[in-house]
Amino acid sequence: MATASYPVLRSRVDLRGELFEKNRAENLAALEKLDKALQKSREGGGEKYNARHLAAGKLLPRERVEKLIDRDSWFLEVAPLAGLNISGHAPGASIVGGVGVVSGVECMITASEATVKGGAMSEYSVIKGGRLSDLAEHNGLPSISLIESAGADLPNQSKIFVPGGRGFRDLTRRSEARTPTICLVFGSSTAGGAYMPGMSDYVVMVKKQAQVYLGGPPLVKMATGEETTHEELGGAEMHSRVSGVSDYLAEDELDAIRLGREIVAHLDWKKAGPPPSRVVEEPKFSSEDLLGIASSDVRIPFDMREVIARITDGSRFSEFKPLYGPELVCGWANIHGYPVGILANNGILFTACANKGAQFIELCNQSDVPILYLQNIVGFMVGKKYEEEGIIKAGAKMINAVSNSTVPSITIMMGASYGAGNYAMAGRAYRPNFLFTWPNHRIAVMGGKQLAGVLDIIQRDAAVKKGEAVDETKLSVMKQMIEGQVDAESDPFFATARVWDDGIIDPRDTRTVLGIALSVSHTKPVRGTTSWGVFRH
Amino acid sequence: MQTNAPTAAPAAIHKLLVANRGEIAVRIFRTCAKMGIATVAVFSDADEDALFVRVADEAMRIGPAPSRESYLRGDKIIEAAKRTGADAIHPGFGFLAENAEFAEAVAAAGLVFIGPSPHAIRAMGLKREAKITAVAAGVPVVPGYTGEDQSNEAITKACAEIGVPLLIKASAGGGGKGMRIVRDLAELEDAIESARREAESAFGNATLIVERYVERPRHVEIQILGDAHGSVVHLFERECSIQRRHQKIVEEAPSPRLAPDVRARMGADAVKLAKSIGYANAGTVEFVVAPDGAYFFLEVNTRLQVEHPVTEGVIAGLDLVEEQIRIARGEPLRFDQAALEKRLSGSSIECRVCAESPRDGYLPQSGRIVDFHVDAAVAGEDWLRIETAMESGDSVPVHYDSMIAKIITRGETRTDAIVRMRRALAALSVHGVETNVELLQAVLAHPDFAAGDFDTHFLERNAEVLLADAGASLAWAAIAAALHGEAQRSSARTLTPSVPSGFRNSRYAPERCSFACGERVVEVGYVAEPGGFFRVTVTGADMFFDRVRRVSVLGAKLVLEGSDGKRFAARVVPDAARTFVRIGGRSLTLVEQPRFPDRNAESAVDGCVAPMPGKISKVLVEEGAAVKAGETLVLMEAMKMEHAVKAPHDGIAKEVRARVGEQVDGGALLVIVE
Repeated sequence: MATASYPVLRSRVDLRGELFEKNRAENLAALEKLDKALQKSREGGGEKYNARHLAAGKLLPRERVEKLIDRDSWFLEVAPLAGLNISGHAPGASIVGGVGVVSGVECMITASEATVKGGAMSEYSVIKGGRLSDLAEHNGLPSISLIESAGADLPNQSKIFVPGGRGFRDLTRRSEARTPTICLVFGSSTAGGAYMPGMSDYVVMVKKQAQVYLGGPPLVKMATGEETTHEELGGAEMHSRVSGVSDYLAEDELDAIRLGREIVAHLDWKKAGPPPSRVVEEPKFSSEDLLGIASSDVRIPFDMREVIARITDGSRFSEFKPLYGPELVCGWANIHGYPVGILANNGILFTACANKGAQFIELCNQSDVPILYLQNIVGFMVGKKYEEEGIIKAGAKMINAVSNSTVPSITIMMGASYGAGNYAMAGRAYRPNFLFTWPNHRIAVMGGKQLAGVLDIIQRDAAVKKGEAVDETKLSVMKQMIEGQVDAESDPFFATARVWDDGIIDPRDTRTVLGIALSVSHTKPVRGTTSWGVFRH
Repeated sequence: MQTNAPTAAPAAIHKLLVANRGEIAVRIFRTCAKMGIATVAVFSDADEDALFVRVADEAMRIGPAPSRESYLRGDKIIEAAKRTGADAIHPGFGFLAENAEFAEAVAAAGLVFIGPSPHAIRAMGLKREAKITAVAAGVPVVPGYTGEDQSNEAITKACAEIGVPLLIKASAGGGGKGMRIVRDLAELEDAIESARREAESAFGNATLIVERYVERPRHVEIQILGDAHGSVVHLFERECSIQRRHQKIVEEAPSPRLAPDVRARMGADAVKLAKSIGYANAGTVEFVVAPDGAYFFLEVNTRLQVEHPVTEGVIAGLDLVEEQIRIARGEPLRFDQAALEKRLSGSSIECRVCAESPRDGYLPQSGRIVDFHVDAAVAGEDWLRIETAMESGDSVPVHYDSMIAKIITRGETRTDAIVRMRRALAALSVHGVETNVELLQAVLAHPDFAAGDFDTHFLERNAEVLLADAGASLAWAAIAAALHGEAQRSSARTLTPSVPSGFRNSRYAPERCSFACGERVVEVGYVAEPGGFFRVTVTGADMFFDRVRRVSVLGAKLVLEGSDGKRFAARVVPDAARTFVRIGGRSLTLVEQPRFPDRNAESAVDGCVAPMPGKISKVLVEEGAAVKAGETLVLMEAMKMEHAVKAPHDGIAKEVRARVGEQVDGGALLVIVE
């Protein structure tokens, strides 16, 4: 087997060193912060609204998801902290979303967080919903929506109405792409929301709970004078027996979930990508070490091979071009039985690194091997020497390769993600199948200190041109402000709240998350490209 | 008296047919194999896949499942013997073993009957006749009535003379069928009626006898062997006092509390009685022994006994079936009484493993044995003998006896035999139907049993202790079931097989499963951690577990380690929604609660249901009649016993579905009560 022939990496980490201890302590503190935020997101609308929901004999959204997925199966939640600390939003943005296994099929699952403002959609609900939709489309996943939503958050309609429309288009486009769409209606799904079931391939409605209509009784009375009830207008019985909007009438919530599972079971779904190898060797080094390896201060570099040794099968890694452009580590490995090509940053990107990276991406496409980007990048090298040797051409070449590559790609941000380095290493805009971050990572156009420093130089130059004296106090305050702002904005919690990633993960879970992400991204055929944009040589 | 000298002419036996089923058939075949005799099994439709049919050299189907249409059809059995060329028939025990007409018919067909002569069967088989014979032979008998006048009046009169407590029993019977104890003469008429009905249905003979009922009695029996040349020896006693519903479940040899002189007199009396009728072949003389050592003749079983292995266990090299065959061939006994005395050594115990519900009045159970397993730790030991015809996957048919297996141990001393029996029972897993294994374990562990201080009421008297619920292991059993289930699901997983079980990147609630065990429900929650560890919670069992390590799973065998380092080995056998767990010497049946309601389940209708599969023998209620809670509405016959099906509450019998003579499934609705 190919894997077993790859050499086992050696670890040189000092597990008792001061740096290791410091990193570990600080990363654990960051994880505690993450746990607290996730806890808050799991609480949904909080004790009061959860109690009210439960008192109505309903399952909480997360309970619905838990019942829907297979026993002992994983659930990879996506963007659980969307909207975190953003005014007007609850952490999670009123949607529980992620990939889970239903009747043996990896599905995109979304559930309205009915305990938060009745499941009403906010601006970030639309953004997160869009990401979940992209994820389903990109990976070719059947989707199951568990609906109980008051619709748009009307006071904020201006931020929702226009972008929110894509949800319905996405549903039918995915259906057109032959990825089934299943809608389980547990409660209200009215007005525009009525098109959620309306646009889905399969619809299940819960008896005496589902309400699906374009206009409710008050609006109908206003419009036509007709007097009706919610149940008559859009109850599950009516839609299942009369209108045909519902395909299955569920006795209760559990019955609806059971029906959802039954629908997936009958799809006879087959993944188009190749399966993983049967025998999987666990890494020889503990994932626990990652907390001491990952720098809590992004200015301190760490050897990516130490990370690779803790996430690949058997800690094995076949390095490509190890002597050329060594600041970009490239090579082949297996993760949970899936072959991957890994690009990992061991420093700034130089011209050689970019050329090497572009070639490596071409090679992965040549042999249909998915790509894993491990980011810790402060950017491309700058300076006269590098401009002369055409670092722009090399960088462009790498970005060209990243952009046009068609094999699945997964990005993990485990340190810095600054500048064009973010782009060349498959940042969010480069549409990797999945993108997760570690709690120590920082993302921005550049570091706060650097940006403040650049600003300082520009201000002084301007003052010189104008022949004015530099107001040192004013400049100092400005620098402090900008540095503070950039630092705050490059915080991983700021980033994940804005859905710049699919979530912050515990570094120790990286291998597991990658195994799941690789499996999910093998739903569609894995086929590399040979066609690229024009490379500037 | 009619002469009964059996022909001493040597009869050759080359091929032997066993007119029986189950473990005794297998046991007899084994001796045949040793003696170079070919074997023939006969079987009913219910037994077509049974082990005893497969191990025989030849087999022949003789009819439908009910024994009256198969194993009691002597004509079909003799026909089968002729068709297969068998020259002898061994009747085993039960069925036709003590049927003189059958023995005659066998002889008339020119075949050898392995057992005593028809005359001896008649003289001893019928309790009434036997008692008269015993009195004539000078053997002490319990005062009683064996009169030919079987009218209620005559029996009632006799009963009044003897005085209560009384025992009414079927003259033709055995095994407790058709037997009633009467402590108050007011109950007499009902007792006579029902005993007569049961006697008629079980033996085709309604004749009853009455006798004085001895309080605190022990049941001790003497094994005898007589040959066709007039020699009779006894093979000492068997103590058979541990009984439920007048049926033995634990037997041993020798009896732990029998004075040597009493034993000697009983042996001599048994021989005397046998000689008085020229008894040839194996038989058992049963006595009831009073606490003061007084003993009374009860009856003679003119056949091999279920518990014969304990006698074989204390007499080195003895094979009673072999002796039976040799006697039937006309050979003289190979030993005299003195030789047997020399061969006698050690102690032996037998436990009968039965499919029954000890907590539900020992109600017989039927169904599929999902798991029949003896742990390797004891399986090959020379002190252990297991007589069974069961294998995992076999069924206990509703039509026959509920015995699944006999476990026999022996040792130098009684204590050795008990210790070994306890080990053997702990190593035994029988799952799929409810059994008495835990009860047997409790009996063996009881101090009175260890002291030999018991009588035939031991089980009733100690029921509370013996049937106590072992709740303590429920939590562990549920954890074992949950983690065994997880291991099975994980190994069957094709999607991301190497990804940890139940992974959540955002740390959700644990995976949960609920199990019902009787009326208790236990919910187990677990989260998998690296290294085979699980964080486990248990609710509904008053226990909280922190971290449990699943050390190994090998098929049904699961080893768990608690956070205190203590390991538990469990045997876990899932069968659809049920999971059978054997842990810490206890057996638990856990029913996993469905994750989703079954949409097709019929909503429960109120009424009385058949407790088990069986045949409706009497319908006592009419449609529209008012019924009282506990009133018997239907009588049904199952596992050779009569069961009363009672009204669950006061109400009106809205619909009577039960029809007399109809075979119904367990759980079938018989009467709807509103």
